[in-house]
Amino acid sequence: MNLNATLLGELIAFAVFVLFCMKFVWPPLINAIEARQKKIADGLAASDRAEKDLALAQDKAKDQLKDAKAQAADIIEQAKKREAKMLDEAVQKANAERENILAIGRAELEAERNRLREELRKQVAALAVAGAEKILQRSIDEAAHSDILEKLVQEL
Amino acid sequence: MAAGEELTLSGHIQHHLTNAKMCTVDGSVAFNKACSEAGFWTWHVDTLAWSIGLGLLFLWIFRSAATKATTGVPGKFQCFIEMVVELVATNVKDTYHGKSKLIAPLALTIFVWVFLMNLMDLIPVDFLPAFAGFVGEQALGMDSHDVYMKIVPTTDINLTAALAIGVFILMIGYSIRIKGVLGFIKELTLHPFSSKNLPLQIALIPFNLLLETIALVAKPFSLALRLFGNLYAGEMIFILIGAIGLMQLPLHFVWAVFHILVIVLQAFVFMMLTIVYLSMASSDNH
Repeated sequence: MNLNATLLGELIAFAVFVLFCMKFVWPPLINAIEARQKKIADGLAASDRAEKDLALAQDKAKDQLKDAKAQAADIIEQAKKREAKMLDEAVQKANAERENILAIGRAELEAERNRLREELRKQVAALAVAGAEKILQRSIDEAAHSDILEKLVQEL
Repeated sequence: MAAGEELTLSGHIQHHLTNAKMCTVDGSVAFNKACSEAGFWTWHVDTLAWSIGLGLLFLWIFRSAATKATTGVPGKFQCFIEMVVELVATNVKDTYHGKSKLIAPLALTIFVWVFLMNLMDLIPVDFLPAFAGFVGEQALGMDSHDVYMKIVPTTDINLTAALAIGVFILMIGYSIRIKGVLGFIKELTLHPFSSKNLPLQIALIPFNLLLETIALVAKPFSLALRLFGNLYAGEMIFILIGAIGLMQLPLHFVWAVFHILVIVLQAFVFMMLTIVYLSMASSDNH
C-alpha cells in the first residue's frame, strides 16, 4: 500500500466530476427522459380517450341509423296508406262519376224514348185516324171523335 | 527492458506494476526512482492522467448527449446514453428513498467513470507501456526501462481509496444532515446493544461505539479494497499471460472475455454499494 498525494488529486478530480455531472449532465438528460415519458403517457391516454369517443360515436351513429330506418319505414308506411286511400277515393269518385254519367244517359235515353213514344203514338194515332178515315170513307169530325182517338192513343 | 537483470519475469511484472511517479526533491521536480524517498508527496502521474482523461471523456460524451437531448424521438446515441442514465436512475429510485439531487449524478459518475477506467484493462498489457517507453527513449532520451506506465487507474489503491473516501465523507455528511449531530452520535453509541436500564446503557456505550465505528469504517475500506483487489488481480493475470510468449493469445482472449464481466460488475457493485451506504446513512430507523 503506497498511499500518497495521488489520493488527494483523485479526490479533487472525483468531486469536480460529480459536481459537473450534477450541474450539467444529469438534469438535462433526466428531464428529457421524464418529459418524453410524460409525453408518451399523455399520448396513450389521448389514444384511449379517442378510442372511447370513437366507440361512443359509433354507438350514436348506430342509434341514429336505427332511428332513421324506423322513420323511413314509417314514412313509407304512411305513403302506402295515403296512396291506398287516394286510390280508393279516386275509384269512388270515378264510380260516382260513372253513376252520374250513367244516370244522365239513362235519363236522356228515357226522355228520348218517351218523346219518341209520344211521337210514335201521335203518328200511330194520326195513322189510325187516317186509316179509319179511309176505312169509313168519310171524314170524321176530329173534334167529335177525339175522345175515341184519345182512348186509342192511350191503348197504344 | 534494457538492463539485463531486469529481463527476468519478476522484473517484468515489477515494471508493469509500478506507477510513473513525480515528486519534488530539494525544490526541483524529480521522477520515478528518484522519488523513492519522497514519502507522501509523490504523485502517480499515469494514474492521474488516465483517470482524469477518462473522467473528462465520460463528461464530454454525456454532456454532448445532454445538450442535444430532445423530448421527441431520440437518436441512437441519445438512446444509448439514456439507457445508462435510466439504469442508474432506476437503481437509485429503488434503493434510495429520500430526496437528493446528488445521489443519482454521483452514482452515474461512479458507474461510468469506474467502468471506463476498468475498461483500460482490456488493452493488451504491453501496448501502451511499450509505446510510452519508445516515446520516452526517442523523445526524452530516457532508458525505456525507466519509463513507467500503468494504464488502469483502478489498479492504483490511491484512486479507489479516493473514491471510497469521497463516498465516506458523503455518508457522514448525509448522516449528520438527516439525523443531526446528536442523532449521528446516538446511532454510533446506543446500538446495537441497548437497554432500558440507564446505568447499563451507559456501560454499553463503549462496546456500541467500537462496533458501530468498525461497521462504519469497514464500508469505505471494503469499497476501496474490493475494486482495487479485483482489478489488480485481473491486471496481474494479464501481465502473467503476457509474459508466456505466443501461447498468450488464446489465453489472453479467454481471460479478457471473462474480465469483461468483472469490469462491468465491479463498476456496478461500486455504484450500487455507494447508493446503499448513502441510503443507510440517510435512513432514520436503525
